[in-house]
Amino acid sequence: MSQMDSVIVVGAGHNGLVCAAYLARAGRKVTVLEAAGQVGGMAATREFAPGFKASCAHLLYLLDQDIRKELALDAHGLSLAANGMKTIALDAGGEHLTIGPDRVTGPGVSEADQAGYREYRRFMAKFAAVIGKLHNQLPPRITQERGDLLALGQLALKIRLLGRDDMREFLRIAGINIYDVLQENFDNPLLKGALSLDAVLGTNSGPRSNNSVFTALHRLSGNNGGGKAGVLALPAGGLGTVTEALAAAARKAGAEIRTGCPVERILLDGGRVAGVRLAGGEELRAATVVSNADPRTTILDLLGARHVEAGFAKRISNFRSRGNAAKLHLALDALPDFRGLSAAQLGERLVIAPTLEYVERAFNHSKYGEYSTMPVAEIVIPTVRDPSLAPSGKHVLSAVVQFAPRTLKSGWNEGKGAFTGVIFDLLAAYAPDIREKTLATELLTPEDLEREFRVTGGHWHHGELALDQFLMMRPAPKSAQYRMPVDGLWLCGAGTHPGGGVMGCAGRNAARAVLGA
Amino acid sequence: MIRPDSQRRDHFKDAVYPSPFHARQNEHNQKREWSRWSDYLSVPAYWCADMEYFAGRNACGVFDITPMVKHRVSGPDALPYMQRLATRDVSKIKPGRVGYTVWCDDHGQVIDDGTIFHLEEGVYRICSQEHQLDWFMTNTLGFDVTVREETHDVAGLALQGPTSCAVLKDMGLAGVEKLTPFGMTWFDFEGRRLMVSRTGFTGDLGYELWIDPGHAELLWDRLFEAGQLRGIRAMGSAALDMLRIEAGFILAGQDFLPAMQAVRAGHTRSPFELGLGWLVSFDKGVFNGRAALLEEQARGSRFRLVKLDIDGNKPARDSFVFTRDKKYAGTVTSAMWSPSAKASIALASLEMPHGEPGEELLVEIYYRRELKWNRVMAPARVVKDVFWDPPRKRQTPPGDF
Repeated sequence: MSQMDSVIVVGAGHNGLVCAAYLARAGRKVTVLEAAGQVGGMAATREFAPGFKASCAHLLYLLDQDIRKELALDAHGLSLAANGMKTIALDAGGEHLTIGPDRVTGPGVSEADQAGYREYRRFMAKFAAVIGKLHNQLPPRITQERGDLLALGQLALKIRLLGRDDMREFLRIAGINIYDVLQENFDNPLLKGALSLDAVLGTNSGPRSNNSVFTALHRLSGNNGGGKAGVLALPAGGLGTVTEALAAAARKAGAEIRTGCPVERILLDGGRVAGVRLAGGEELRAATVVSNADPRTTILDLLGARHVEAGFAKRISNFRSRGNAAKLHLALDALPDFRGLSAAQLGERLVIAPTLEYVERAFNHSKYGEYSTMPVAEIVIPTVRDPSLAPSGKHVLSAVVQFAPRTLKSGWNEGKGAFTGVIFDLLAAYAPDIREKTLATELLTPEDLEREFRVTGGHWHHGELALDQFLMMRPAPKSAQYRMPVDGLWLCGAGTHPGGGVMGCAGRNAARAVLGA
Repeated sequence: MIRPDSQRRDHFKDAVYPSPFHARQNEHNQKREWSRWSDYLSVPAYWCADMEYFAGRNACGVFDITPMVKHRVSGPDALPYMQRLATRDVSKIKPGRVGYTVWCDDHGQVIDDGTIFHLEEGVYRICSQEHQLDWFMTNTLGFDVTVREETHDVAGLALQGPTSCAVLKDMGLAGVEKLTPFGMTWFDFEGRRLMVSRTGFTGDLGYELWIDPGHAELLWDRLFEAGQLRGIRAMGSAALDMLRIEAGFILAGQDFLPAMQAVRAGHTRSPFELGLGWLVSFDKGVFNGRAALLEEQARGSRFRLVKLDIDGNKPARDSFVFTRDKKYAGTVTSAMWSPSAKASIALASLEMPHGEPGEELLVEIYYRRELKWNRVMAPARVVKDVFWDPPRKRQTPPGDF
């Protein structure tokens, strides 16, 4: 096969693997180069203490079910240890709320809240579907060309077809903040706090930040094959099972995957892509390079800003990608005793977000380069459903803890220990025996995530998911269709449309774009 | 005298500075009129714009170019930086040489034009009409370069006209006649380095002199002493404007709208649309605007900047240009009665496909005679050559006028 058919994919995150699989299925000679020793990136299952495993991304709620079918991921080892997990909003006094897709149960939930929740779920799911319909297409560009005009027209039509009242509501709330919307719909403070967390997880925003409704919608926007919006699943073996299955599918289609091969430079010849150079100096030639790395890493570090025009380089360097979420992994000797929760309930998704104001205050610190002294958390104890992640009888606690800014005023070297203490104090307020049960602790700050997974800012989504960085603006105008301004260079990661979460659509869309070129 | 000093806490209160030549300009300025050019006071006309113009064509005129915005680019990546910034191939401008260029935004629209002085290997000075620090700094991303604005650190005088070389020789700058057009060299001047470049904005034999501001007045004095018998005169901006239109040189803000100032789409111009396609080098690799300009080359340009020779003697300032059957074709951007060409001339921006040399057009001119407004539809034609292009401009050594 000639060099013209060869494609190098930089990075074996889930999108890189999806892209590689589709390209290989179409007959391209694909080589995936992963810097780490294993595939999966932030969706890899890693051993963080002897015998204890966890994946940084710990829940599956966006994975595109068409990709799952087309790449036969189940045949390649994907199975779910849990599906349709509920959310339990923790209360320090043990008065927890259980939030399912259709109803909320628990003390102090009024009839009005119950009705409000049904209505909230109805319109959020409906609006999320509008966004979700865009996931599998090239974002329309603002041009006079037929295809672009048609795609924009279709989007407008979808919004119009919501019906008069819902269209009005969609246009009203899509750009505003979740705080106002929750205040309009609910009374119960704990319910509001817990629901607001969905709008700020993995982002650099608080409930009162603009377009936090949009991030909440994005979480619900996955194509889950006709199921309820935002259904939470736990793959057996952690999220690493998903990426391992993707890697297997890509290999079966003919892709070669090399781990432990950090790409240092994208090589050019006569202004177009010629291949890559690895950290060891080895050079690999290919006329097409698809980067799963984030836009800033790809353009500013791997390619070099000098090889693109200055306006574009500036836009990429302004791509907002300040991570604000830390990841905690605890190796537990036994299940901790969460006040008021049964052992079975520990298998659900637990959230610490007592009120809207609490969540907003937690965010405040990060604006000034400090970590939250009263953080919010999304906790999963995967071993309740999937004992394979820990030695027999032992458990793993995996938690997203916010807010922890990428750049801490005092520096993370100093701050990490103190923040770990803050988190233990937080957990102990709900599970007093957490310290005694803990055998080992791993805390990954955004700085750690950035270093370990080579993601600018340690940001989950490779860049803030917000209206100004969505669709034809992601990562920058005129480059939103995966094609970069250097011939032969493409992006396929979460920094492109439709963004992050283990979804796979960016990878598949990028593959289609490459094949269509 | 107030000196520009951005370190001073209240520097912003000085909206406009006197030039380092201010005291001398003041002595010559019989009309007592001042205008503003960029950060400095400038003189529109010292006593008579026409006579100052004739000094520039028949003897020599001295024009203060200190207000020109100047930046110094240095560092290991200076050349790659310049290559990505400018449309032309900067590697062809060797040390000791000067090159005219434009620079564009990502849409291939001209931000400004100016001259690049390759001062020494890997050190460049860019002179421009508009302030550029923000854009030049934006361009540093990914390059190991230092960009510093040095507008206030260098005083500049343009000495333009047929006797300019002789005046410089009389001033003691031995060997200055060896300078070829767009060359530069250095002399010792009272213990300071005086840079002399054979450059200018008049399309004639001429030089530009660059000196430390502290020696500005002394330079002025020596120049006028040496030029006394060679017809030297202080020249204002009105005269310079006449000289540059005859030479076919464009002016930012007059003949094109700098891209950074444009609010509306379609009001800016690409290099091709300004007749500066010769400054675009596609084979040097990436530069700002390259992709858009390639596309424009394939698709065709929207406008063309042309030179018009207009019947009659009424300057066609701000006029509409029509086809002979009175369809709109474009607008005049600069116009004058040219004393040297003995013709009414203009630069005009026409919509494509208009502007082929030889095309016959009409120019709608409004003029006032003894307070009464008149209108004339003057026949005009597109001409290829500039209106003033004397051989002495290129001759080395220049004749001893």
